[in-house]
Amino acid sequence: MSEIEVRIANQLGDFDLDVAFSVPAQGVTALFGSSGSGKTSVLRAIAGLERPSQGLVRINDEVWQDQRRFLPPHRRALGYVFQEASLFPHLSVRRNLEYGMRRVAEKARLIAFHDVVELLGIARLLKRETHKLSGGERQRVAIARALLTSPRLLLMDEPLSALDHGAKQLILPYLESLHDELGIPSIYVSHDPNEVARLADRMVLLDQGKVIASGEAANLLTRLDLPLSGYGDASAFLEGTVSSHDNSYHLTWISLQGNRVAVPREDLPVGRHARVQIQARDVSLAIHAHSDTSILNILPARVIDTHDINPTQMLVRLELEDGQTLLSRITRRSAMGIGIHEGMMLYAQVKSVALLA
Amino acid sequence: MDFDWQPVWLTLKLAGTTTVLLLIIGTPIAWWLARTHVWYKQALAAVVALPLVLPPTVLGFYLLIMLAPDGPVGQLTQAMGIGTLPFTFEGLVFASVLYSLPFVVQPLQNAFEALGPRPMEVASTLRASPWDRFVTIVIPLARPGFLTAAVLCFAHTIGEFGVVLMIGGNIPGETKVLSVAIYDHVESLEYDQAHLLAAGMLAFSFLVLMTLYLVNGRYTRSHRP
Repeated sequence: MSEIEVRIANQLGDFDLDVAFSVPAQGVTALFGSSGSGKTSVLRAIAGLERPSQGLVRINDEVWQDQRRFLPPHRRALGYVFQEASLFPHLSVRRNLEYGMRRVAEKARLIAFHDVVELLGIARLLKRETHKLSGGERQRVAIARALLTSPRLLLMDEPLSALDHGAKQLILPYLESLHDELGIPSIYVSHDPNEVARLADRMVLLDQGKVIASGEAANLLTRLDLPLSGYGDASAFLEGTVSSHDNSYHLTWISLQGNRVAVPREDLPVGRHARVQIQARDVSLAIHAHSDTSILNILPARVIDTHDINPTQMLVRLELEDGQTLLSRITRRSAMGIGIHEGMMLYAQVKSVALLA
Repeated sequence: MDFDWQPVWLTLKLAGTTTVLLLIIGTPIAWWLARTHVWYKQALAAVVALPLVLPPTVLGFYLLIMLAPDGPVGQLTQAMGIGTLPFTFEGLVFASVLYSLPFVVQPLQNAFEALGPRPMEVASTLRASPWDRFVTIVIPLARPGFLTAAVLCFAHTIGEFGVVLMIGGNIPGETKVLSVAIYDHVESLEYDQAHLLAAGMLAFSFLVLMTLYLVNGRYTRSHRP
């Protein structure tokens, strides 16, 4: 029963929340939706900070809420990271970190203080006052504080949304390493497809208090019938491995089972797992594989379906040889020109690929 | 000049006792007022604030009637074997607690409201029980509020006159506090004695308020979130 099961129904004014999903109790599940979709309410209900009129929250064999019982938040083995770091201003960084840890029985502490401090790179901040930290530092301390309670489930409510772009880029690698090294299942609330693509394995898509889709993140992010891909800058996310480095032209090749794409040279060990992002607007389509083009990355692909974004442009969803999905944004005029139809074999010419992790 | 220290000690004892009792009684009331959303919340807040606007003689008059041997509280205290409260030190404490209630509840309520729900929520996700959260988060964060409440209560009790006169009278060593003693001296034209006590109170009050502002100012500067 290694899974997280959540069923929440609540009526608040004219907002009707009715959400049910169950996901494996491992990796990162993104709760994704626009503001007002109810994602924060769901997270708060999982934590017990809100008490929905009907609810079931189960983590593996541990029931936090059902018809008969409702555990208050302090009796749930969870970690919660709020949008703003919300450090206690009257305690130093170290005392903030120890606050939750001290309240967990010693034999239940699975994560060592030192390891968490190391993992989030906050060793040199321990003696500081909290108001002297930068936004990114505060949020890292807040994440460490939550982890030190050795939670069975980590809940994060848009932990990066209060940070500027630079601070976000600095903190993302820490979140990725959490994912890789601690193995604590987490639910991550976000409205940013790029964050989800980088961090999440699975996603639950919310709209107006209802689940409209759930499944593999890479898959959902490219589904044409969901609002995600309708965003003007739709992207596809592909999983691959680092296959080789080309030092003379300063490139790193990422292999996608049979095919490969080039990204600007990155110092990564060969064989390491890599996740790349390809924006739909950087993908053009051709009937023949041209060798007389400046484009390096040419991938054979099959058309799955198409979707008009506006009267001029459309999105084409393609399946690569290895089954992964790619999106291409072209004009309706060019689609008609090459006669695009379902099942057609094409060559996707990818102008630029971004390496995420 | 033979200076009578008794009213001074009595006043300090009264103010100290009242402050301690009111912090114990006022904290839960303020916490409840800061958190609750019930419809009669404003009515209760108004009741707590009544002593701010009522003339002390009105409060004293009703207290006298309530505490008198045939009044409701008087009968209760007699049944409990305490006797009657008017014209005793305990009666003064009882009256002072009611009279200074808003001076404790209001600063505390403001401090609790200013905290917002977030620090308590964070602490609850860090495994702290409600009482644990109150002691380790609310009390330290609301410290300026507690300090203001204590100082205002103490100073306000020292300055009370009307209520004391109505309920306590003028019994040396039992109910003759500073303000009454000053009135007494003025009535008997002992201006020197009156001056001494009055000037002492003026200086004391100024020092108390000054300290309060200094301490709170420093605390706010070092605890900006």
